[in-house]
Amino acid sequence: MKTAVIQFPGSNCDLDILHVLKNVLHVEAELVWHRDFKDSEFGAAILPGGFSYGDYLRAGIIAAHSPAIEHIKEMVSEGKLVIGICNGFQILVESELLPGALLMNQSTCFICKWVKVRVETDETPFTRHIKRRTVLNMPIAHAEGRYVNDPEGLKELHENDQVIFRYVNPRGEVSEDSNPNGSMDSIAGICNPERNVLGLMPHPERASEPVLSPFSDSDGLKLLSILKS
Amino acid sequence: MLESRVNVNLTPEEIAEAKRRLGREPNEIELGMIDVMWSEHCSYKSSKKVLEILPKSGRRVVVGPGYDSGVVDIGDGDVIAFKVESHNHPSAIDPYNGSATGVGGIIRDILCMNCRPIALLDSLRFGNPQSAHARWLFNNVVKGIADYGNRTGIPTVAGEVEFDESFEVNCLVNVACVGLGRINELTLARMDNPGDIVVLMGGDTGRDGIHGVTFASKTIREDSELERPAVQVGNPFIKKLVIEATLEAMRTGKVTAVKDLGGGGLTCALSEMSSKGGTGVDVELTNIHVREEGMTPYELLLSESQERMIFTILPESQDEVLRVFRKWEVPYSIIGKVTDTGRIVAKYRGRIVVDIPSKLLTEPPMAKRRARKISIITKKRASKPPIPMDFAKVMHHILSSPNIADMHPVYRQYDHEVGLRTILKPGDADAAVLRIIGKNKAIAVKIDCNSLHCYLDPYAGHAAAVAEAARNVTATGAKPIAVTDCCNFGNPEKPEVYWQFKEAIRGITYMLKGLGLPCVGGNVSFYNEDEESGRAVKPTTTIVMLGLIERLSLVTSMALKEVGESIILLGKTYPELGGSEYYRLIGFDGGKVPKAVASRERASIKTLAEAIRRGYVTAAHDCSKGGLAVSLAEMAIKGGLGLKVDLAYVLHTPSMRIDEILFSESSARFIVTTSEVNTAKILSLARRRGVPASKIGEVSASSYTVAMNGKILFECSVESLRESWQDAIPRLIGG
Repeated sequence: MKTAVIQFPGSNCDLDILHVLKNVLHVEAELVWHRDFKDSEFGAAILPGGFSYGDYLRAGIIAAHSPAIEHIKEMVSEGKLVIGICNGFQILVESELLPGALLMNQSTCFICKWVKVRVETDETPFTRHIKRRTVLNMPIAHAEGRYVNDPEGLKELHENDQVIFRYVNPRGEVSEDSNPNGSMDSIAGICNPERNVLGLMPHPERASEPVLSPFSDSDGLKLLSILKS
Repeated sequence: MLESRVNVNLTPEEIAEAKRRLGREPNEIELGMIDVMWSEHCSYKSSKKVLEILPKSGRRVVVGPGYDSGVVDIGDGDVIAFKVESHNHPSAIDPYNGSATGVGGIIRDILCMNCRPIALLDSLRFGNPQSAHARWLFNNVVKGIADYGNRTGIPTVAGEVEFDESFEVNCLVNVACVGLGRINELTLARMDNPGDIVVLMGGDTGRDGIHGVTFASKTIREDSELERPAVQVGNPFIKKLVIEATLEAMRTGKVTAVKDLGGGGLTCALSEMSSKGGTGVDVELTNIHVREEGMTPYELLLSESQERMIFTILPESQDEVLRVFRKWEVPYSIIGKVTDTGRIVAKYRGRIVVDIPSKLLTEPPMAKRRARKISIITKKRASKPPIPMDFAKVMHHILSSPNIADMHPVYRQYDHEVGLRTILKPGDADAAVLRIIGKNKAIAVKIDCNSLHCYLDPYAGHAAAVAEAARNVTATGAKPIAVTDCCNFGNPEKPEVYWQFKEAIRGITYMLKGLGLPCVGGNVSFYNEDEESGRAVKPTTTIVMLGLIERLSLVTSMALKEVGESIILLGKTYPELGGSEYYRLIGFDGGKVPKAVASRERASIKTLAEAIRRGYVTAAHDCSKGGLAVSLAEMAIKGGLGLKVDLAYVLHTPSMRIDEILFSESSARFIVTTSEVNTAKILSLARRRGVPASKIGEVSASSYTVAMNGKILFECSVESLRESWQDAIPRLIGG
């Protein structure tokens, strides 16, 4: 299964995720310029972090209207796996492949820091190898990552078990002071009802080599390794 | 009269000289070009001669001063390009756009060498943080750097911030960029081949930033607000496309040279490239893609619009390169050809409007400046302040000084991890450490200066700044290999300012030679002076030090690691509280500034490097700003552990006071921790190199305890020290 890393103008974590897939996980992966992307050639796709089209309107909205997203939608309908990281998550939300919205952080500032996220469900292809309630170390780096949804939408997410990651404190508990951006219910990552589209704000590719982690671990690989199969 | 028609800053002698060299009256456009190229900013007319004494060569130097950035060999075919530049004047008027375009400009300097920018560092100076104006500048400069750096996908990995009243009007914004490339793929920005096609690529040309460099070559006046149009506006999204398109275009093998358009715009790029290659260039200005209608030849040649690059391409090969630009959707225009005439010939609608020798522009007459010694140092007081009653209170006070306190509220706004290279994060160690992906090695980079020391003694202060930056990278496990610097001074036409500048360069030269380090490039910013108060900034040459870490296993941070480990102080402590953070806080001016002696620095650096190489060192920290007491506290806070030290074991000159031992900022010192068994080994390494060294205490669980001859002088919890250190900046910036 070959994984596409889609490169939009303004993507900046494209080479990082490609490095992890190819050199750390030894997965077959290819960097694809958004105009050249054809869904049929790939088994999975990653929308990397960055500032697609500069993010001068709402983050991710211009990329969401690009032809590449039509191909992504095709993949989604075929049940192939799609992961959106940070700006990729914003694009997935703007293209309505994932519900809700990502707004300006509560602090109104860009935040770059390592956080802890708890795996809320193992009932997805992405987390099926990770035990529920496992706490992972990963960094965030965004200005617009505050997840919001209307009460009904939020209720639905929980009922369908679509919340995959939540920000937690070192004891693994959801708390106000461990919520870095003011996300509703401390939501850090969600999937679609069909469970083959994942969007998350933390960067697993930045947490995939012990040398880069303040904790000398590689928790991001626990998630990304599903692309190995 | 010419002078009355065009507003130029040239002196009558300079205008006469230009006329003589040209053999006729320059027309208005040519005069504008000469004005820009002969400005202090572009010509270095006050500084060039002084800078000649800096050591510039070394076995690792691939490209030295004179090109867009210095380049250093780090082995295995890898090279590091690095450069620092000031953007002080624009930032003082429009802090958000001024600092953002400072980042943009320095990125292009790295790109010109065909290196990928992999890190940004910034060194910022503002007035007293109690001043609303200083806080406004600070907040907006940080936001400008964050918004720009983050969008371009280059991590901001390190920096320093200093607050001092002399920067109230003229803040200092120095930004450094580090790039990684391959030695056999480097390019130099010179037009060597007549016939090559000249392409202008990137952002549209508009009327912004016209005469930005002449603005930067003046002092700031009350009406400087009116110069806001001289501040360029950046677009980091276009910059990101320009970066990727440039690097991809270079891979075609058809590009012969690239240069960025910065200060002086097209005029500067065309004249420098052709002058270096001994060629000329013909351009048609009407071909330039513009943002606004009706731009005149004068505006087109002098616009400093951002995000633009000049490419020269092998004849008949432009299609391959232009295809890359089209893929990235960056605008471009074919504007001309390299010639063998040695002249810049610019046409507008086919009519020649400029015809001037390149070298006339790039080889300006040097300015004669006089230097006069300032006698600040002789005013030094013999008296000393009373010894404080409560040292614990002083500790909390000093840790919450904005010059010492935790800068995480700033670092957090910068993406410091993108690129997957940042091994040690901002604040983890004395320098940022970036790995070279795929290799078992890393580089360490640091930007640093202490303007108060430099003010009190420009020679000693600047020598010490080089030494401190070298110690900083050494403490992370690196060998210092090269330096680039950024000089920030007042008006060089004032003999006192010129003296400061000359002393600074002398001090830097002394220490570089003593440590065997080359200076591979630099930037000079003069006229950092407020005309109304007549006050110049404290002389500040920020030093960017590059170090090479030969194995990743050598990487060392400053955090205390384990209870029971020994704490060793390398180097001797002198009563040198002049310009210290301690004196600044108690409002005492006087005392001796730390003296930096190259032989001592070399010995301390070699001792620590060897101890790290042998695997003895568990944590290392340079001991400087705030002195021993503050450096120890930082190591404890970072490690979440306590310590107990006894000042009786600190090696110092006879009859020093306790506050001198604790807060003196003497040079050539490190604090290291090690296991009990390796303690004697480190002390013996030090002895062999003649470095005064002793075990001064041990790592403990949670309390910061300072004793003298076994009797406890003061004690506080590390947690409480952390609070003082962490809470200061958020209080300041209201975050």
